Amino acid sequence: MLSKERALKIKEIAEKYRNVPAPYGEDINLEEYKIEKGGISVDSLMELDEGYKSKLESIGIDIEEKTSAGSYLQINNKAVYSKTDSKIEMMPISEALKKYNLDDYLWNLVEIKDKYTARAALELTEGFFIRVPKGVKETIPLQTCLLIGEESSSQNVHNIIIVEEGAELNVITGCATSPHVKSGLHIGVSEFYVKKDAKLTYTMIHDWGENTHVRPRTGVYIEENGVFISNYVVMTEVKSIQSYPTAYCVGDNSKVTFQTVAYGKGNSKMDLGSRVVLSGKNSSADMISRTIVVDNAEIIARGHLVGESENVKGHLECRGLILSDNAHLHAVPELEAKRTNLDLTHEAAVGKIAENQLMYLMSRGLTEDEAVSLIIKGFLNVDVSGLPPKLAKSVEQIMEMTLDAS
Amino acid sequence: MLSIEDLCVKIGDKEILKDIHLYIDSGETHVLFGPNGAGKSTLINTILGNPKYEIVSGSIYFKGKDITDMPMYERAKLGIGISYQSPPAIPGVKLKNLLEIITNRDWSEIEKMAEILNFKDFLEREVNVGFSGGEAKRSEILQIYAQNPDFIMFDEPDSGVDVENVELIGTIINELLDKNKMPSDRKKSGLIITHMGHILNFMDVDRAHVLYNGIVACSGHPEEILNNIIKHGYERCVECYQKKEH
Repeated sequence: MLSKERALKIKEIAEKYRNVPAPYGEDINLEEYKIEKGGISVDSLMELDEGYKSKLESIGIDIEEKTSAGSYLQINNKAVYSKTDSKIEMMPISEALKKYNLDDYLWNLVEIKDKYTARAALELTEGFFIRVPKGVKETIPLQTCLLIGEESSSQNVHNIIIVEEGAELNVITGCATSPHVKSGLHIGVSEFYVKKDAKLTYTMIHDWGENTHVRPRTGVYIEENGVFISNYVVMTEVKSIQSYPTAYCVGDNSKVTFQTVAYGKGNSKMDLGSRVVLSGKNSSADMISRTIVVDNAEIIARGHLVGESENVKGHLECRGLILSDNAHLHAVPELEAKRTNLDLTHEAAVGKIAENQLMYLMSRGLTEDEAVSLIIKGFLNVDVSGLPPKLAKSVEQIMEMTLDAS
Repeated sequence: MLSIEDLCVKIGDKEILKDIHLYIDSGETHVLFGPNGAGKSTLINTILGNPKYEIVSGSIYFKGKDITDMPMYERAKLGIGISYQSPPAIPGVKLKNLLEIITNRDWSEIEKMAEILNFKDFLEREVNVGFSGGEAKRSEILQIYAQNPDFIMFDEPDSGVDVENVELIGTIINELLDKNKMPSDRKKSGLIITHMGHILNFMDVDRAHVLYNGIVACSGHPEEILNNIIKHGYERCVECYQKKEH
């Protein structure tokens, strides 16, 4: 639940922003996307129909649940399945709101300031609530999955993850649109709390399809010695994504890593940023983004580091390959310092595949296509850090599969 | 094995190679000397089929086939190989991965060679990323070994290599070029491109050429030519060049 005052306050703000466009990304007419109320529920992921099952597998979800500590599946706006055998607490956010007072967690890290956040605050919204109790280090990943299953509908999501003091968690989230759905909208609010000495690794794979708009809104709060690692992979077409997650390194010695791998093809439009505010002493941030655009795709890769405290360290690395004259690639790295004693750096490079790399491989007997494909695979091969080997392998496989298919 | 006739090559508007004739028989290894800017790397790139180098006239035959217009990868498949002087880095691609793609040998053989080259630890490294000059050379030799071509060009195989490894590399090149076999059993051919020829102390070569200003100014016995260059620099070659030019 929320306290009455808080609930009222949220409603009041949201009403104000109901029709306010976001500063970035194409403006979407929300009227075109209805909010689906009903839906199925299952007792096991194996009960899902084949179409869903193969979709889930293609975004890294283990449907037999042999290698996961628990699973959450949401189709449209209904939690279809939520189960864990671990000491982790996991439930739909609607249930968590019945059980707990979430005044300190809901709408605390993400501000309501556009029509998308307003919709998530005002309309039917579901999501996962995950809490790892103090000191529990779960080594097996938890899997969550958000699917759009209904034509021209809006999926509204609000997720909360709390990793209590000294605890550890690894989450893989797969997001996709059901194959038969022609158009959809995903609004996803996520608020993650990494407490003192805790660690959260969050890996997200997007496979939305060419007619889906996606508007994630993410905030992460990291306390003393806390570590947050985000790996984000999008290899398939999408109508548009606009996201700019912000991590707040509030605790001393807290650490953040954002890794983004995006392959823009078809008419995809992606505006992908990440921002870290370093306000804890000795806190640090690493941002790595690797983007490729082909066909008519457009990617804006943003990065913003804000240094607000002593001895903070941040590095932003932004590399892009442009492989078509109709594509568009725009790197926007920003560094902002508010103290003298800090170290923020960035390197950005966009361009085509280097001729000498191509020639090198071709002189070893690779055709031009084979050489290009190998160079691209290498380029996208960021070290998916902090992942259990099996999960890293499956992320790698997803990337290879999509690259080989294209 | 390789026969080059009347070859003229341009880059952009600039003529780099003029009337090159070069004939390398099966089982023979030749060495190509020449000062900086003589056209050595143009010749290598033209033999490889790099499209940046425009063949104005002349022909290249390999194993009896006219390969003058053949694309690069087909030449490689046909058996032309190169060990580069300073190969580019291919970030994100593991050396092991590349070797598996290009190899014509069993993996166990490659591992053995990696061991001989003292390079096993590098199999998991990204191709040429952060390699020193000498490490890049060993990576090239290992790739060439995996590929196992019939005609191999070695571009400055000893530059940047520390003294104790020059001998090792020389020995392996000898092996790659069948020099440990009886002359009549030798099938592989090679072309060694070198500035100073230090590597030749550890290698057997059959014939030498001097490339000067885009012309083969001199061909003959390797030792004789090398001694001449050591004594007189390329001065004598200039004289020969001038004779040939007119």
